[in-house]
Amino acid sequence: MPAVSKGDGMRGLAVFISDIRNCKSKEAEIKRINKELANIRSKFKGRDKALDGYSKKKYVCKLLFIFLLGHDIDFGHMEAVNLLSSNKYTEKQIGYLFISVLVNSNSELIRLINNAIKNDLASRNPTFMCLALHCIANVGSREMGEAFAADIPRILVAGDSMDSVKQSAALCLLRLYKASPDLVPMGEWTARVVHLLNDQHMGVVTAAVSLITCLCKKNPDDFKTCISLAVSRLSRIVSSASTDLQDYTYYFVPAPWLSVKLLRLLQCYPPPEDAAVKGRLVECLETVLNKAQEPPKSKKVQHSNAKNAILFETISLIIHYDRCPPGGGGGGGGPGSFLQHRETNLRYLALESMCTLASSEFSHEAVKTHIDTVINALKTRLPKDPSCQLKCTGLSRALSRSPVAQPFRVVRNLLTFGRTPEGRYSDPDVLKVAILAEKYAVDYSWYVDTILNLIRIAGDYVSEEVWYRVLQIVTNRDDVQGYAAKTVFEALQAPACHENMVKVGGYILGEFGNLIAGDPRSSPPVQFSLLHSKFHLCSVATRALLLSTYIKFINLFPETKATIQGVLRAGSQLRNADVELQQRAVEYLTLSSVASTDVLATVLEEMPPFPERESSILAKLKRKKGPGAASALDDGRRDASSNDINGGVEPTPSTVSTPSPSADLLGLRAAPPPAAPQAPAGAGNLLVDVSSDGPVAQPGLGPTPEEAFLSELEPPAPESPMALLADPAPAADPGPEDFGSPIPEADELLNKFVCKNNGVLFENQLLQIGVKSEFRQNLGRMYLFYGNKTSVQFQSFTPTVVHPGDLQTAQLAVQTKRVAAQVDGGAQVQQVLNIECLRDFLAPPLLSVRFRYGGAPQSLTLKLPVTINKFFQPTEMAAQDFFQRWKQLSLPQQEAQKIFKATHPMDAEVTKAKLLGFGSALLDNVDPNPENFVGAGIIQTKALQVGCLLRLEPNAQAQMYRLTLRTSKEPVSRHLCELLAQQF
Amino acid sequence: PYPLPFPQMRFMLLFSRQGKLRLQKWYLATSDKERKKMVRELMQVVLARKPKMCSFLEWRDLKVVYKRYASLYFCCAIEGQDNELITLELIHRYVELLDKYFGSVCELDIIFNFEKAYFILDEFLMGGDVQDTSKKSVLKAIEQADLLQEEGPRVSHPRQISFVPCF
Repeated sequence: MPAVSKGDGMRGLAVFISDIRNCKSKEAEIKRINKELANIRSKFKGRDKALDGYSKKKYVCKLLFIFLLGHDIDFGHMEAVNLLSSNKYTEKQIGYLFISVLVNSNSELIRLINNAIKNDLASRNPTFMCLALHCIANVGSREMGEAFAADIPRILVAGDSMDSVKQSAALCLLRLYKASPDLVPMGEWTARVVHLLNDQHMGVVTAAVSLITCLCKKNPDDFKTCISLAVSRLSRIVSSASTDLQDYTYYFVPAPWLSVKLLRLLQCYPPPEDAAVKGRLVECLETVLNKAQEPPKSKKVQHSNAKNAILFETISLIIHYDRCPPGGGGGGGGPGSFLQHRETNLRYLALESMCTLASSEFSHEAVKTHIDTVINALKTRLPKDPSCQLKCTGLSRALSRSPVAQPFRVVRNLLTFGRTPEGRYSDPDVLKVAILAEKYAVDYSWYVDTILNLIRIAGDYVSEEVWYRVLQIVTNRDDVQGYAAKTVFEALQAPACHENMVKVGGYILGEFGNLIAGDPRSSPPVQFSLLHSKFHLCSVATRALLLSTYIKFINLFPETKATIQGVLRAGSQLRNADVELQQRAVEYLTLSSVASTDVLATVLEEMPPFPERESSILAKLKRKKGPGAASALDDGRRDASSNDINGGVEPTPSTVSTPSPSADLLGLRAAPPPAAPQAPAGAGNLLVDVSSDGPVAQPGLGPTPEEAFLSELEPPAPESPMALLADPAPAADPGPEDFGSPIPEADELLNKFVCKNNGVLFENQLLQIGVKSEFRQNLGRMYLFYGNKTSVQFQSFTPTVVHPGDLQTAQLAVQTKRVAAQVDGGAQVQQVLNIECLRDFLAPPLLSVRFRYGGAPQSLTLKLPVTINKFFQPTEMAAQDFFQRWKQLSLPQQEAQKIFKATHPMDAEVTKAKLLGFGSALLDNVDPNPENFVGAGIIQTKALQVGCLLRLEPNAQAQMYRLTLRTSKEPVSRHLCELLAQQF
Repeated sequence: PYPLPFPQMRFMLLFSRQGKLRLQKWYLATSDKERKKMVRELMQVVLARKPKMCSFLEWRDLKVVYKRYASLYFCCAIEGQDNELITLELIHRYVELLDKYFGSVCELDIIFNFEKAYFILDEFLMGGDVQDTSKKSVLKAIEQADLLQEEGPRVSHPRQISFVPCF
């Protein structure tokens, strides 16, 4: 196809745009823009010769382009206004465009603009009139409303107005009416507006329906006549009786936009009273519902979307009429079947419809028949898309409020759903399940079971509030204490139970362990050793809690005193580096030896019942949703505060379908870290629809999307002008500030990433940092994901990569991109790091994250998980070669060896996986002992390559390993040996 | 007695995969600062989504309907009551209009002829509402305008730039 030779080319503009596109950096772009701005300014000011219309238009257009690039424009408005009074259409058009994009509330200017508009409206030139009407609609300010609100209705209903003018006038009036209804005078014209529904021209009808709908909402009685007109128009469309539909048929669907608008108009009114009209409408709705069942006339997604858009609007109308649709099929028939649909968009909408249905008083039966479909969808189809997940949770909430649905089933199904591999929980989901469980508990043992289940399968997402709440309830209810003790005791038997389970278990056994101590299977020593077996795996906070449990045990079970004192006395407690743990150990030890039994009993008495106040989980949910959303939870809060966890089930239809503002949180957790944009791009034909169902292949682009992206779109130098959003920031810029030393856990966190590339690097109450990285040769790319876990915006958010003293940039180059300085509550931002290993290095770079949270500065320094082994390239070799090289590296300083105790179970498969993750190749049939592991690889740096050989000899009996590394460089051997030894 | 609010499209954005804004149309008065913030935020959200994810998302108090065509994202923000599917097709119809006018439209056409992209959008939507859905009517209006063009140095469009990197 020929290029755009249509319209009037503006050579200067095209050249300018090309110039900007050719700028190699942001700085160059700004420079070019400033030059142009100076040029335009001088042209506009120039007194030597007046600018002709064409030049004026060109410069105004350039200004517009500069504005659209994101720069501020503070002049040129007057020139644009001048263009409005040009007789040349294109000049006028550009003038109006400038005004509508860069509207300025300068009243002086508005007066001039209004003047030009007035002239154009009076010109009787339809194209000029349309431009003027568009401008009014675009600006939509009150001043304009005052000036023209009276004229436009006249233009709209005038017999001699062109169709295009009528269309524009209708929508322009709509805009003014929405902005300031008081300005639009009702009158004789209103009756004539309704009759536009009968207009010959479909475009006029399409535009007019929107206006009529808006007017109806404000004055339903005045516009009642529109019902029958709308019904007959709709009927002619859905029965395809109209002959004027040709241009308005969209992928075999007749006039979908108009149909949707008409169905909306009807939603302003109750069902038609007139029997004939009603009959006709019923027929229409039936036709739509029936058509939905018919095989599609086209496989294109546009066909089904348009068809379904009408179907959903029809369902909305039916719901609005608050009754089952004629024909008795049940409104749920539609959405239910969509839940099975493959297309994500439809499933989302189906869920939304079901939500609405579930909250409608009359449709319970319809929903009930579909509950299994819904649950099936919950379980199998939706977990991948956060938007759908959110809807799902909303639906389950709606369903559980609905008297026909059984909340137990919903909760139980949600729990099962969470256990499937793809079904991942996120924080808000867990909260909701917990709340549902509390609200609908029939008895407390069921509640305890449910929450413990929740901890078991979604422990990571169970926040403090959730397990605090279960403790509150257990403490306050003596009828459930024995059951709770027994249940946690059983749950703790699992070899790998979640730390939150240990916390709950520790607390409950410390308080109520005596209730199950009679059973020899759960005697006091058994309880203690069970808890203590988890002790070393737990975080400081949990260990502190367990120490309190132990001292409580001394009171509850005097026979455990000696054992527990032994534990408290152990050097690892009394001299623990953590102050809290040390203090507890010292104090508890002294307390247990000094205090008399009576004193001990008094001090360590069972906790008194908690004052019944707001449920901690509800409080959390409310915090998350912010104050505005509190009403959605009011019924929940009432239930909790009245201490009635069987609380009355009050359907609150107004809230169930409210989209939850925690959407972002869901997105944050449930969405896998976004990868770099990957699908093919470029100047391809826009109509190639990449998001439809077909394969995402595009002809003529590079072999992999990534390459296509790089070769076609990215300028050769990485720092060139992709730059409006992400400025490449110099990486090694320690700045004047001191970035502080890494947090104590930094090494531990780093160790987790020696053998893997992806995962959560760090997490605390405020922030979660996820990592995704890939390395090839001596290059690496790392994506860091910073998630704000709070509901408050982080400000001045600056993550910086710094090199510690001994890691010179000569060893490792890290290039970062700046991220937005604000991170909204619940939002996640991504940072890309490009890494190049220049030569071997020992210490990893540091990642310093600084931000302000609620005004308080926060800072955090971590070790970036970049270790030398990331640049390993595995090397396969035969036994003979291996031994030959092994011998070549026989200098004492080339070898590093370590003998150490296994800290993890000694599993050959796990070990293999770790060695592969470490980066070396695993060589079979090299070591005469098949139990041993032998590996080889080359570390790739820009300056040099380091060959590495390694051997790992496990000794299962002694639970020990011997690790030997030989490389051509002494520090590398030692360093690799140290890194790897910590992995087993 | 039937107080349904009247839904209003809030804005339409076109931006590239690299996060370059190509076109913005605001249907409700919004301050410059707020616009920039919303654009930045929304682009980040949309660009992070995977191809198979659904085209609708709930964002702030709005529903966002977006679709990607080659290198360009088309993104509409509508209000809660509005019909998502028809909005999605509204995007598609706009792309069809661009395609018909430019002939195999690509991102570069929109960069170099942003004013035309605006004019076509204005013929199709007004104040965020559909004015006319017939391709014929919309393009007729644009072409009529093109016929009204006047003198001035006429140029053929710099098509040779087509496959250089997009900035």
